[in-house]
Amino acid sequence: MFAPYLRDAWIVATLIALAAGCAGYFVVLRGAGFAAHALPMAAFPGAALAGLLGIAQVYGLAAFALAGVAGLTWLKRAQRPDAAAALVLVALLGLGALFLSLSGGYANAVYALLFGQILGVGPADLPPALAIGLGVPALLLACFRPLSYSAIAPDIAAARGLSGAGLDVLFLGLLAVTAAIALPLAGALLVFTLMVGPAAAARQLTPAPLPALGLSMALALLIVWAALALAWLTSLPSGFFVGAGSALVYAAARLWRRVKG
Amino acid sequence: MTHALDVAGLCVSLGGREVLHEVSFALEPGAFCGLIGANGSGKTTLLRSILGFTAPSAGRVALAGVAGYVPQKLQLDPDMPVRAGDFVELGLNGHRFGFPFPSRARRAKVEAMLAAVGAEAFAGQRIGELSGGQQQRVLIAHALIRQPKLLLLDEPLANLDLRASAEIIALLKRVAAQGVTVLLSAHDMNPLLSAMDRIVYLAKGRAASGRTQEVVRTEVLSALYGYHIDVIRVHDRIIVVAGEGGAHGGKHVAAIP
Repeated sequence: MFAPYLRDAWIVATLIALAAGCAGYFVVLRGAGFAAHALPMAAFPGAALAGLLGIAQVYGLAAFALAGVAGLTWLKRAQRPDAAAALVLVALLGLGALFLSLSGGYANAVYALLFGQILGVGPADLPPALAIGLGVPALLLACFRPLSYSAIAPDIAAARGLSGAGLDVLFLGLLAVTAAIALPLAGALLVFTLMVGPAAAARQLTPAPLPALGLSMALALLIVWAALALAWLTSLPSGFFVGAGSALVYAAARLWRRVKG
Repeated sequence: MTHALDVAGLCVSLGGREVLHEVSFALEPGAFCGLIGANGSGKTTLLRSILGFTAPSAGRVALAGVAGYVPQKLQLDPDMPVRAGDFVELGLNGHRFGFPFPSRARRAKVEAMLAAVGAEAFAGQRIGELSGGQQQRVLIAHALIRQPKLLLLDEPLANLDLRASAEIIALLKRVAAQGVTVLLSAHDMNPLLSAMDRIVYLAKGRAASGRTQEVVRTEVLSALYGYHIDVIRVHDRIIVVAGEGGAHGGKHVAAIP
């Protein structure tokens, strides 16, 4: 399980879990679950287009994820109904399917982008993973109070000079960068799961903000490590264990809170 | 400037419709003023203009110092990992970027403020799980922790039962007695009558203001509402009742423009 060829997978998974667990705290606090789901999906055609054009995937991912931020921000400002946002998302997925079919290797590429290739990462994946694993939590911690304030009491925060729209763009931009880098490694669905499950469980376990943030990161780490170990032991996909682990941790946390009263 | 708040000739238009027309009034330090008017009369717009959220098309607003604000309602998720004390602390430093290092001095200030509004018993509870009255206390503590000269409250008594309303009014009366000017909006003036010393009445975008005893009179209120209003004294208390009977016989009367 800890063989040298798997060392990079453990390191990358750890860094992605730290970033997703930290970003997830704000995703749940700010009610941005849809954005957390939409941005990796919006980035998906970017990776496919990059493959078609023969350029590095991360450029396509970043461009489409940031375009996703612009789209979500515009839809929110224009007060468009959910249906419009959902249709834009579906259109992007369709575009991704088109690019993938044009570039060949359709099934493998779809599988990799949706579920990731965490056991297949190498030394070249370490720098971008390091950038989000350390950079995203550092930036989010620096914005901890304004992001919290504008999520809890947007009107009062605005009266104190905090721009809700500006903080939205900043936060969604960080989510987009996280998604762009983590997507080829962990996959769109797993990034989303790690951004929601641990954070939703952590807020059941403690009423205090900073401990909830720390707990969200710790639970994300625990889930990812357990998933990697179980995937190695059973030869089943790590994605299954991440998804199932997140759901189990959340259910256990809710049960604990209910029993505790 | 001797006034805590001076509103002069304020006009505000939203979506091409004039919501406030030449609204003028001034409040002394320590005044307890009710901003009264029916739903949709422009109370929230006036408060938002005072806070600078809504730009006026004409007129001006002058404040003597910092304004604290208690919004009408916060959408608070019961699962949100934010305790009452954490929320009050955001009133001190919520706008600041940088790592949120804990501070003993800041925590002491928060605890003192929570005690001042009678919220120390639930300081450690999730804010989303508190009752309406408890949340109002926490919101008031949050607004007061910056030591404002003016406290603006948007319908703080909405959704509160009689006891919770009376407790919040008593708390705000104590706040005003300490020199903070209190301006709170309400559509029902009865709960406020024993506490407020000034009234700003809004109808159709226009305002009438004065001392409570000058405004809360049958003929003045009937003219303001455009409907018969009785002002009744019971056990040294004033009650305002709308409707049948009285000199106008329940008929519509001319409104003050």
